[in-house]
This record gives sequence, C-alpha cells and structure tokens, in this order.
Amino acid sequence: MNNEIAKPENLVYTKTPVLNDVPMHYCPGCSHGVVHKLIAEVIDEMGIQETAIGIAPVGCAVFAYKYIEIDWQQAAHGRAPALATAIKRLMPNKTVFTYQGDGDLAAIGTAETIHACNRGENIAIIFINNGIYGMTGGQMAPTTLEGMKTSTCPYGRNPEINGYPLNITKLVAELEGTRYVTRQAVHTVAAVRKAKKAIRKAFEYSMEGKGTSFVEIVSTCNSGWKLSPVQSNKWMEENMFKAYPLGDFKDR
Amino acid sequence: MAKFKGTVVVNVERCKGCELCVAACPSGVLGMSHHANTKGYNYAQMINEDACIGCASCGYVCPDGCLTIYKQKYE
Ligand SMILES: Cc1ncc(C[n+]2csc(CCOP(=O)(O)OP(=O)(O)O)c2C)c(N)n1
Ligand code: SF4
Ligand code: SF4
Ligand code: SF4
Ligand SMILES: [Mg+2]
Repeated sequence: MNNEIAKPENLVYTKTPVLNDVPMHYCPGCSHGVVHKLIAEVIDEMGIQETAIGIAPVGCAVFAYKYIEIDWQQAAHGRAPALATAIKRLMPNKTVFTYQGDGDLAAIGTAETIHACNRGENIAIIFINNGIYGMTGGQMAPTTLEGMKTSTCPYGRNPEINGYPLNITKLVAELEGTRYVTRQAVHTVAAVRKAKKAIRKAFEYSMEGKGTSFVEIVSTCNSGWKLSPVQSNKWMEENMFKAYPLGDFKDR
Repeated sequence: MAKFKGTVVVNVERCKGCELCVAACPSGVLGMSHHANTKGYNYAQMINEDACIGCASCGYVCPDGCLTIYKQKYE
C-alpha cells in the first residue's frame, strides 16, 4: 500500500457497511459473494436499509441473513416467493425481495415462482443460477446443462433420461404478471456493473406496483463444478451463456 | 497529460485467496502472498504497485469485499 495515495479523499471503492464484517461461509470465488455485495451496495445507495426485507432460501445462501444488515425471513425450501407475497401485501411500503438458487427456485419451488410471477406480486426475485445443487454436494438441478457432469449424472446430463435444461427465466417472461425480466452475470467488471443496475431497477420497480421483477444471475459453483474460480468463470462464458444468453427479456 | 496512480489495501483476514482479483486486474498489479492468513488462505497482495491505476476492477469482482482502492491524479 502507498501511504501517499491511501487517503480518504482518494477513496474510489470499499466494502459497503451494509455487507457486515461477518466472514461469509461461501467457497472462495463463489458468485454468491459478489451478488451479496451488489445487493448490499444497492440497498446502501437507495437508502433503504431500514425498509428492505429479504427472504433467504434453502441452499448455499441459507445464511444470507447473517451478512446483509437488513430485516430477513428464511423460507422453507422453494417457498420464498410465497413468504415474500405475504410480507409485501401486509407491508406494501417495504422493499421485499427473494434470493434463491436454481434448485430452490426452479425445482422444489417452481410452483411458488410461477404463481407469484403470474399474480404479479410487487417483489423482486434474485435468482442465482449455477446449474447445480451447490449446498448438498453438487447434484443435478433442472438447470444443469446437457452433457454437464454432476454427482447424480456422473456421465453428463442425458436429456433422454434427465430431460432438458429448464430456462425458467424465459418462461416467467411470458407471464402477464412480470414487468422486468433480465439475465445477468458477475464474472467481469462490466458484467458486475450491469448486474448491479439490474438489481437496482428491480428494487425500484418493486415499489411502483406494476408487477414482479425477476433478475437471473448466471453464476459459478466452482466447488460443484470442480474447477478453480478463474476456470469456472471461463467455463461459464463458454458453456452456460450458450444455454442461458445474457440480456433483457422484458422491461415495461 | 493527467495520469492516475492507484493503490490497494487488502483486508488480509477476509481474503479467501480465490485469485479473481488477480485475473481482473488490467495492469498485472496483484499476486498471491506466499504467507497464509489465520484461515490458511494465501491472500492477495500488490506485487507490482507502480503499475496500479486505481481502476478498482479488482474491487468490483472480489466476492468477499476485501479490497479498498484509492486513486490520485498526477499532472
Ligand atoms: C424440503 C427440503 N428438501 C430438500 C432439502 C435439501 N436441499 C438443501 S439445499 C438443496 C438444493 C440447493 O440448490 P440451489 O437452490 O441450486 O442452491 P445453491 O446451493 O446451488 O446455491 C436441497 C435439495 C431441504 N433442505 N429441504
Ligand atoms: S458449494 Fe458452490 S454455490 Fe455453494 S458456496 Fe461453494 S461454490 Fe458457492
Ligand atoms: S485498482 Fe485496477 S490497476 Fe490497481 S490493482 Fe486493482 S485492478 Fe489492478
Ligand atoms: S478476489 Fe478478494 S477474496 Fe479473492 S483473492 Fe482477491 S482479495 Fe482475496
Ligand atoms: Mg444452485
């Protein structure tokens, strides 16, 4: 560190205090950490630390409530959108969002996801798609790519036996109740900036009473994928983005 | 022409040694220490400090919010 330069007036970037000092339990390099940080930054910049309510999932992010300094509830597996519905309807002045993995949102919680979006609940859904059940040891998820190896499809996902990767974001974009549906990633500086804007827009829209906002973040699970964090980002670009291309589906 | 010089402060105890910051730096400033923190991770450090332009790319991609970046303008 250069003491000449490291002065308060020269500060360009530091961790927001909304992301507290508790060490996050995520594996080194996990995308969950980046997205937590972005949510905390958005909450800080919007000045909604006292009025935001997050719903934590079951999955690696089950302890999200330990790290982002706002009010939280933790839902049963897949049920976060139902809990968010209740909270938002009872407290419409709060900014209510769910944070869910692909196993949570697109497997056990598919019904809750689709019906909350179809009802147009005024919530934001942050969807971490790493194509795998990270927490439980890397089993196949509905989002697992064709040919991708997991502990429950060790020879690669075979659509004849396991069906096809579920593009649930495309599906919810078709529903009348969704207002904003986008797919982002956090593997580069440019992607991080765009993802942050998308999260902010989703939070802002959720307060305007015009339907559900849905932000997918195509993510890495380097432990489950058995690659280094840097290799995982590369693998994601080369493979995940083909099945899950980035961009807006809907913004109205 | 105005030039920028930057510097990075690493929260050594928070760092998990993932190396994403090393990969994101456009100027080859960062590398991994041969020393480990109390969790056993080799942490990020500046190995080529003079090349830092204070762009904060490293900070944006760090999953654990370990990096604080400063930048100063030189005429
Ligand atoms: C009702 C119920 N069924 C199954 C489980 C086991 N379980 C815990 S996490 C998980 C999947 C998590 O995967 P995902 O949502 O993709 O999150 P990730 O860890 O990948 O972020 C499962 C099946 C559970 N906790 N509760
Ligand atoms: S298992 Fe995967 S999703 Fe879970 S913390 Fe580790 S890298 Fe992240
Ligand atoms: S601020 Fe920019 S140049 Fe300096 S270490 Fe970080 S990424 Fe590299
Ligand atoms: S990105 Fe963060 S956690 Fe990873 S090595 Fe760099 S400073 Fe450490
Ligand atoms: Mg997952």
